[in-house]
Amino acid sequence: MCYLIALILLLLPQVAAAEDWEDRQVFNDTANGVQLRVISSTDTVLFAPFIEDFVAANPSVSVEYLVSGTADIYERVRATPEAFDVVISSAMDLQLKLANDGFALPLEDMPVPAWAQWHDSLFAFTSEPATIVVNRAAFEGQRIPETRQGLIEALRERPETFRGKVGTYDVRQSGLGYLFATQDARVSETYWRLMEVMGGLDVRLYCCSGDMIRDLADGKILVAYNVLGSYAAVQTEGQDTLTIILPSDFQTTMMRTVMVSVATRQPEAAELLTRYLVSNPTGSSESIPLPVLPKSGESEQEAIGLNPALLTYLDVLKRRKFISAWENAVIQ
Amino acid sequence: MTVSPAVSGSLRNRLVLTLISGAALLAVLLFFAVRNYAAQVAQQGQDNILGASAASILDAAALRDGQLEIDIPYAAFSMLATPSDDRVFYAIFQDGAFISGYDDLQLTQGAADGNPTFEETEMRGERIRQVNAGRTLVGLGRQTEIEVALAQTQDALSETLDQISRNAAFLGLGFFVLTAALSFWVTSATIGQLNKLTTSVTRRGPQDLSPFRKPVPREMAPLVRSLNSLMGRLDQSLSQSEDFIAEAAHRVRTPLATVRSYAEATLQRVERKENREALRAMVRAIDESSRAAGQLLDHAMITFRADHLEREAIDLVALTRELVQRLTPIAEMKDLSLTLAGDPSVTYSGDPILLQNAVRNMVDNALKYAPPDSTVEINVAAKPNAQIKVKDSGPGFPPDEIDMLTRRFERGQNAAGTIGSGLGLTIAQDVATAHGGTLVLTNQPEGGACVILSL
Repeated sequence: MCYLIALILLLLPQVAAAEDWEDRQVFNDTANGVQLRVISSTDTVLFAPFIEDFVAANPSVSVEYLVSGTADIYERVRATPEAFDVVISSAMDLQLKLANDGFALPLEDMPVPAWAQWHDSLFAFTSEPATIVVNRAAFEGQRIPETRQGLIEALRERPETFRGKVGTYDVRQSGLGYLFATQDARVSETYWRLMEVMGGLDVRLYCCSGDMIRDLADGKILVAYNVLGSYAAVQTEGQDTLTIILPSDFQTTMMRTVMVSVATRQPEAAELLTRYLVSNPTGSSESIPLPVLPKSGESEQEAIGLNPALLTYLDVLKRRKFISAWENAVIQ
Repeated sequence: MTVSPAVSGSLRNRLVLTLISGAALLAVLLFFAVRNYAAQVAQQGQDNILGASAASILDAAALRDGQLEIDIPYAAFSMLATPSDDRVFYAIFQDGAFISGYDDLQLTQGAADGNPTFEETEMRGERIRQVNAGRTLVGLGRQTEIEVALAQTQDALSETLDQISRNAAFLGLGFFVLTAALSFWVTSATIGQLNKLTTSVTRRGPQDLSPFRKPVPREMAPLVRSLNSLMGRLDQSLSQSEDFIAEAAHRVRTPLATVRSYAEATLQRVERKENREALRAMVRAIDESSRAAGQLLDHAMITFRADHLEREAIDLVALTRELVQRLTPIAEMKDLSLTLAGDPSVTYSGDPILLQNAVRNMVDNALKYAPPDSTVEINVAAKPNAQIKVKDSGPGFPPDEIDMLTRRFERGQNAAGTIGSGLGLTIAQDVATAHGGTLVLTNQPEGGACVILSL
């Protein structure tokens, strides 16, 4: 475990500064009742409507919404679980490890199907596939690839167009990137070939989805691999230059999860917020512009399963091996 | 008179209680046996998965260029997924030194000798089931020991156990209810045989002392055998005493007749008044004794004939008329008149000797108690059933003794001055019973006794 901590601390020097947040916003500041600290990997712009709904329904509660990267969230919650009440992250594996290691407070009778929760303490509330986002301009007169194999061929055909213009997560820094990478690698060898091709094109690596989507919108990169399509669609609203591709060979679908910190000082309010969050998508899906969980149980197979297998790639030895293989492929 | 037997406990209750407590004991045993066995099986299931998972981790260990590499297969933890989402902890050790996983999971020594060991312990406040397994890796000129400790919480197991306990409890309860119902049924069936015997004993006629012939369960055979033997002895001793009485009466009657004729003859000869008085008293006493002996004989005869009743068609009116003719002289001696009324002819199937005897005793009785210059009315009717009614205008029966008068040697309080043995009405009653009828004693509202022989 200390290896993992050391590794992440080493690679994310900026998180060492305790109060260095990507974003921080307090809702219902004037309330004199309970104050909830929510740490989340979801950008404030996406979550603000929901929290405004929540504080409107519970005027005595004020919510401090803190945004950080998934790996950073994991480290912070491990280090000071009492500093946060609700933890929201897209990195299912890190969230599951937190729950498995006892950092999540079990909640009874949450309105979530069995496959979308774990140990009564970790609850999924969205279902978001990883996508390939491309700038349509780069494929003028060309067929837009629909599969990873298609992307590999497109990149190989015109390396001069794409050199330095492809982007993906730096799996060493991004928890979600690492989750997507490991799940891709588990399903298909194509992932490694794609990484080799992207590595050969001087791939740009991003710590966070926000930066990647911004560069995509600015035209700094033409192709982004393993971006949350729904997320990108919201972030780049109005820019019709981008095409979001749902790979037809296989999809890796992540579920955004929420849990209440075991050391929360406001268990009732934190449970209230969590319950509001997991039951809200059925009510007014307007408040969170993210795809909600499929209602039918059949779709559970599509998403990455919430089970102890997620711990596998978090093993120090396994991670070391994977990162080393990834570095060999990407960094040339 | 029947004497209520002293009752101590109930066979039925004892049987039911024994069977039910046995059933309860068995149900509890069944519950624990099923639960225990199922718990073992469930625990075995968890152990097997833990063992397989640990083995797959060990299998993934390899020495590459002298460097240890453990590529934990995704399935290793995937197979540990349970419906209750049990928490999973693991630790990997190389030559006893912790290299990966949860460093607060303690490895139990002795795991390296090939077979995995299982134990139940506690970690982070939860009960866990832990497997410890080891493997020796041999590389180029190097040997290293890899050990894996893998643990899982037991939520799913305890949920399974709860379910099993519930089912086992239902099973035990069902077994108990079924067995209890069965024991009630068995007890009733067993006691039923006793009840059947009791009923058939109770339903027997007062004279019926013949042995039981109906089949009974083997266990009840000794009881019936001793009952039969008791009744046999009783029957024998009864008939012996009847024989004895008849014999005695017969033996007494003949000498009495001789004595009476001597006394009569002597009465003719003696002149002195006090001697005559003494002789008359003697003759009266002899008459009384003779009559009693006669009735005893009659009674014995009736008892015998009643046991072997032979019926033949007779006309009750003719039978009664013949009797009236025979008794008229005796009635006239007492200044009494006998009248016969009723239906012209009443046909009935019965033993004529017994019936004649009964009617004679009834009329005798009436003649004895009727005051001089009165009439004894005899009525024979066919409806509602064949019956013979004898009415007199005497003092009637004492109302408080009316029920006892038909017993042997029982005489009314007002009969003190009258010759009689107390057997007359008993004989009439026995005859009525032998024919399936009754003898009813009543007092007429205008005075006088009324005896009805209903057949």
